[in-house]
Amino acid sequence: MSFLELDRVGKRFGPTTVVDDFSLVVRKGEFISFLGPSGCGKTTTLQMIAGFLDPSRGAIRLEGKDLTAVPPAKRGLGIVFQSYALFPHLTAAENVAFGLEMRRVPRAERGERVRATLAMVGLEGFEERYPRRMSGGQQQRVALARALVIRPSVLLLDEPLSNLDAKLREEMQIELRQIQRNLGTTTILVTHDQSEAMSLSDRIVVMSQGRIEQIGTPQETYERPATTFVSQFLGKTNDFAAEIDRGTAPARLIAGSWSAPAPPGVAGPVTISVRPERIGFGEAGLTAAVVTRIFQGNHWLFQCDSECGPAIVIRQNDGTPQPAEGEAVRLTWRTEDMSLRARGSV
Amino acid sequence: MSAMVDTAPAHPVAPARDEGRASAPWALAAPALMLFLGVLVIPLAMTVLLSFHDWGQYKGIEPVLILKNWHEIATDPYYLEMFGRTFRIALLTTLITAVLGAPEAYILNRMAGPWKSFFLLVILGPLLISVVARTLGWALLFGGNNGLVNKLLMSLGLIDAPLPFMFTETGVVVALAHVMMPFMVLSVWAALQRLDPQIENAATSLGAGSFTIMRRIIMPQIMPGVLAGAIIVFSLSASAFATPAIIGGRRLKVAATLAYDEFLNTLNWPLGAAVAVLLLVALVLIVVGSNALIERRYAEVFR
Ligand SMILES: Nc1ncnc2c1ncn2[C@@H]1O[C@H](COP(=O)(O)OP(=O)(O)OP(=O)(O)O)[C@@H](O)[C@H]1O
Ligand SMILES: [Mg+2]
Repeated sequence: MSFLELDRVGKRFGPTTVVDDFSLVVRKGEFISFLGPSGCGKTTTLQMIAGFLDPSRGAIRLEGKDLTAVPPAKRGLGIVFQSYALFPHLTAAENVAFGLEMRRVPRAERGERVRATLAMVGLEGFEERYPRRMSGGQQQRVALARALVIRPSVLLLDEPLSNLDAKLREEMQIELRQIQRNLGTTTILVTHDQSEAMSLSDRIVVMSQGRIEQIGTPQETYERPATTFVSQFLGKTNDFAAEIDRGTAPARLIAGSWSAPAPPGVAGPVTISVRPERIGFGEAGLTAAVVTRIFQGNHWLFQCDSECGPAIVIRQNDGTPQPAEGEAVRLTWRTEDMSLRARGSV
Repeated sequence: MSAMVDTAPAHPVAPARDEGRASAPWALAAPALMLFLGVLVIPLAMTVLLSFHDWGQYKGIEPVLILKNWHEIATDPYYLEMFGRTFRIALLTTLITAVLGAPEAYILNRMAGPWKSFFLLVILGPLLISVVARTLGWALLFGGNNGLVNKLLMSLGLIDAPLPFMFTETGVVVALAHVMMPFMVLSVWAALQRLDPQIENAATSLGAGSFTIMRRIIMPQIMPGVLAGAIIVFSLSASAFATPAIIGGRRLKVAATLAYDEFLNTLNWPLGAAVAVLLLVALVLIVVGSNALIERRYAEVFR
């Protein structure tokens, strides 16, 4: 069931293409994150949905209706800006009430809804405060309340937490997720923080240079990255060059002295991608030497020099003895823990 | 001085060291204080004193303390009319610069890069030209039968007689508004710089149309800038000399031109001093009063 649909949307500023061929189907109630490095076109895409920018090509549909024909003031979307963009001359309650006034909601109902929404974001008693007299986190909550009180069909959040310190950000993430779950508002979050995207979203859209690299659940994008970019962007990863040997009866996948039965349907030179925490030290496997060993409390971090290039290994600190620096080791992993893609593909 | 008073109770011990330090701010401020005293306070005090002196056609200035000049100003309706005109002109000029200058600054702020700098230069450019030259420009355009615009309009048959401009209040107000415009535009411009660039988008997304955004979101936020500009323009217009002197001439006197005439033509310095002092006191009261009002109105929001 598609609710919000972006169909091959593109945006050019003069000669430069900022967003290209962006297709996405969002289901009702879903929490989607746009994740990508700075300048990859996340804000631009969000602004096209909001209506502040017109797409150069493609269509945006909400419940099957073309959204590009609707002026931004009539789209009924809730938006939280990175700078919050609160109205500094209005109190918290007046800020939140503004959208309801524009919708000509009767005064009594307006007051009731403003109070309820401010309470929901944990700001009871702050009704009469002016934004300048509030902390960053409180302003953030006012901005969220202002966007939610109009009961938007879609909530758009442009890096709403990036101005907060780490601890407050974590708290707000949890709160945001709870509020979104309770209200069931379809939400799109723009972020360049991969852990934020992982912990909040139902699905992540990983973007790079205006293009979609992968769309998937947090687990899928982390464990089955579709491209090198995705695997590198979402946490640390090891990439090993590997070959398929069709000479033996069941074809084998070979990387250095590590080998396993080749999965069906793959051919030619491939790249194996394994997360550091999925690699173990064993009797057989990739020959390597430990270069550095770093103790990090609950885990050990090993930097190894393997026959297929440098490798990072993370082992839980479970009390078992760990190899020392300079020691020769064999690196091994289960086939379920790796992802394969044809080499040469980016 | 206030710093001294504030910190004194905080350091009850080591009074000797504090005393040594307490004199330092005074010593450091001395050169500036001397200058302030020499070029502002003393002449001002002398002017105030002068306004109480007597003057006669043949005896000149007599250094006595009488209320003759003040009595004359208070009773002769001529002075009431003249001060009324001065403040009416200043008020109208302020209104015109606010009504035209605020939108001007807003439009300017929304222009794209190169155009923005170009038009900013156009608006601020007049500040680089002498007020006299700018005012004479208006006189060339509208001055009697020979004014360029008047000639054109008459030869087109649109008007029969030249538009009255010289020696009229309208003329003074128009020319003053032109001279004062940059101060208003700059002041509003500064307020616009503090606006969140996304604020209009935020209001739009909540369903506000462009008129509502202007009235409910932009206007209240640039109001402090408009009011600050208004105070500057009002006080500069009320005490302006060159423009009223050229456009208003002898027939249409304002406080500044009257004081000038008393000093240099009639040579009645004491009366001129009384007019000048009254203008100063009135302006200080108006500016300080309205500033206090503004501060109180906006303290909550913008501080
Ligand atoms: N009005 C514009 N004219 C020309 N180029 C633009 C314009 N707006 C954005 N861009 C370019 O488009 C690209 C994408 O911008 P966008 O703001 O969407 O990035 P982003 O992914 O939101 O980055 P960030 O994480 O830094 O906010 C950038 O390279 C930017 O320079
Ligand atoms: Mg952005």
